[in-house]
Amino acid sequence: MIIDSPNPALLRVDNLVKRYADNTAVDGVSFSVPEGCCFGLLGPNGAGKTTTIEIMEGILAPTAGTIRYRGEPLGERFRAEAGILFQKTALQDFLTVRQTLNLFRGLYDHGLPVEEVIRLCALEKLLQRDNRKLSGGQLQRLLLGVALVNDPSILFLDEPTTGLDPQARRNFWELVQSIKAQRKTMILTTHYMEEAELLCDEIVIVDHGKIIAQGAPQALLRQHFQAVLLELPAEDWTPAARALGLTFFEAAGRVELSTNDLEGTLRTLMQSAVSLAHLRIRPPNLEDLFLELTGKDLRA
Amino acid sequence: MSLFTDIRRSAKRLFAVWHARNLEFVRDRSSLIFTLGVPVALVVAMALIFGGPPRPLFKVGVLAPMPAAASYPFLGERYFQFVEQPQQAAAIHLVSRNDLDLLLDLRQRPARYWALEDSPKGYMAEKLLLQADPQAARQPIAGAPTRYIDWLFPGVLGMNLMFACLLGAGYVVVRYRKNGFLKRLSATPLSAFEFLAAQVLSRLGLALAVTLILYIGIGRVIHFHNAGSNALLLLVVVLGALSLIAFGLIVAAYFASEEVVGGLLNFLTWPMMLLSGIWFSLEGSPRWMQILAQLFPLTHVLQAVRAITLDGAGPAAIGVDLAYLAATTLVFLAVGAYSFRWRPE
Repeated sequence: MIIDSPNPALLRVDNLVKRYADNTAVDGVSFSVPEGCCFGLLGPNGAGKTTTIEIMEGILAPTAGTIRYRGEPLGERFRAEAGILFQKTALQDFLTVRQTLNLFRGLYDHGLPVEEVIRLCALEKLLQRDNRKLSGGQLQRLLLGVALVNDPSILFLDEPTTGLDPQARRNFWELVQSIKAQRKTMILTTHYMEEAELLCDEIVIVDHGKIIAQGAPQALLRQHFQAVLLELPAEDWTPAARALGLTFFEAAGRVELSTNDLEGTLRTLMQSAVSLAHLRIRPPNLEDLFLELTGKDLRA
Repeated sequence: MSLFTDIRRSAKRLFAVWHARNLEFVRDRSSLIFTLGVPVALVVAMALIFGGPPRPLFKVGVLAPMPAAASYPFLGERYFQFVEQPQQAAAIHLVSRNDLDLLLDLRQRPARYWALEDSPKGYMAEKLLLQADPQAARQPIAGAPTRYIDWLFPGVLGMNLMFACLLGAGYVVVRYRKNGFLKRLSATPLSAFEFLAAQVLSRLGLALAVTLILYIGIGRVIHFHNAGSNALLLLVVVLGALSLIAFGLIVAAYFASEEVVGGLLNFLTWPMMLLSGIWFSLEGSPRWMQILAQLFPLTHVLQAVRAITLDGAGPAAIGVDLAYLAATTLVFLAVGAYSFRWRPE
């Protein structure tokens, strides 16, 4: 299935396959990324999303399938117009933040003035600091700056906030939202469903190298959940409640129930003398969808 | 807690780390091969070069035709290598360059010989000759003969240039590949050739600076005199450095382990150290060894530098060396760019 969008596809992926000696990391993936869209590529560890994004970035060669950027195979134009923030990136040692930005700016014919990149990524106070002495959040801002020096038409962000503290993560989201406001096309992989829900206009969820869902986050939630979710502390989930025949999931000291009949379920629980003092009712979110589709068991 | 317990626990921790490091080393096959392969190859090389009968201490040219040893007892001396020389002028030039310790003319008696007065080996060879044949007559060497130190000095410069060029650039590239910086660069319009050329030029500046410091510093101490053009000398050093750096980058173009690259570079520097003429001339050595030596860029650097500094040679006289160094630079860069890997396999 190719996502329909009023905007033309900037990047199109057709029947992408990547095989290694002992496994197939990507198994016939197809989708297109409309211009101006923030596109999320989600999946559990080992699902094939980093392999997919690295093929899309032109870093890895596919075993089969095609990637077309503006209707053409990836080439010089793509390298000049793409900005990439890898999952793990090292920079040259002994360079300051400004020198690093100058280095990468020097690799492109066209791009933003370095001063503008500094402003966009809030790097003003770090310009003379050695790359090696940046905190995790500061380094990600610099790497985002490096990805923006060529004023990219398409920006790849591969797990950009993994390992950041909540404050740095929110700070980074604000930066990405300001870039998104410029209608730049972005492709994002992340483990944080909150991040995907906040930033992405469209997502695909991959597992075992195949797409298992794709669409706009809210549309996917409507498609997969008609229910609301109830959460209770596990100690309130009495043996009598367990015998009610309700479908529930228990993890990390909490019990989670999904229901289409909120009033009826609440009535049943009260009749079974289940304490509702710590009950939490919430609509399903992308994390619920992710777990619903990829399973809740620990992967080997 | 007793001292014995402390020591036992410390030994246990030490063993855990020692064991893990050994496993890492043994399982890194390419590193293991090169680390253990270098000494084996060195043994083979040393056996080939220095094996067989005891290596002669002195190299003596004898103007053709060389008579039978029975007719001139000195030719039977041990630890001397007697090399037949077809042309007198060329042979005298070899003596003046320290490529031969002494030259004998046995076509007439009393015998005539040429030797450098300030060459330690020439002096010893002369003493032994006069002991065997007191009638032998010393002949003057026309022009200013070369001091041994003047012959050796380009070798020292060349060796330094080799280490500065081969070892410097390679490790940096391997580190960049290992830590992912090259992968980041690969996502830009930068080509492998551009990247490698930038590394070569960066290292070139450093290698030239180091060589210049040595040239001026040691040159002053030993009162070294360049008989030729300084500009031509600079050209040779630049081309030689370019070739050697590009050679080192071929090794670094592919691997992502400093240990593998270290082993490989070690593997390459030893033959050059032995055969490029840093310490001794290959005059009179087996033909295969001389042909092998001609493959090394350092041999051409030293040949050209000695021709300029000792003989005052011009561009035409060292044209082959210059062309070889320029050609190998381009070939090495092309091979390096072709085999270049932006990321570990």
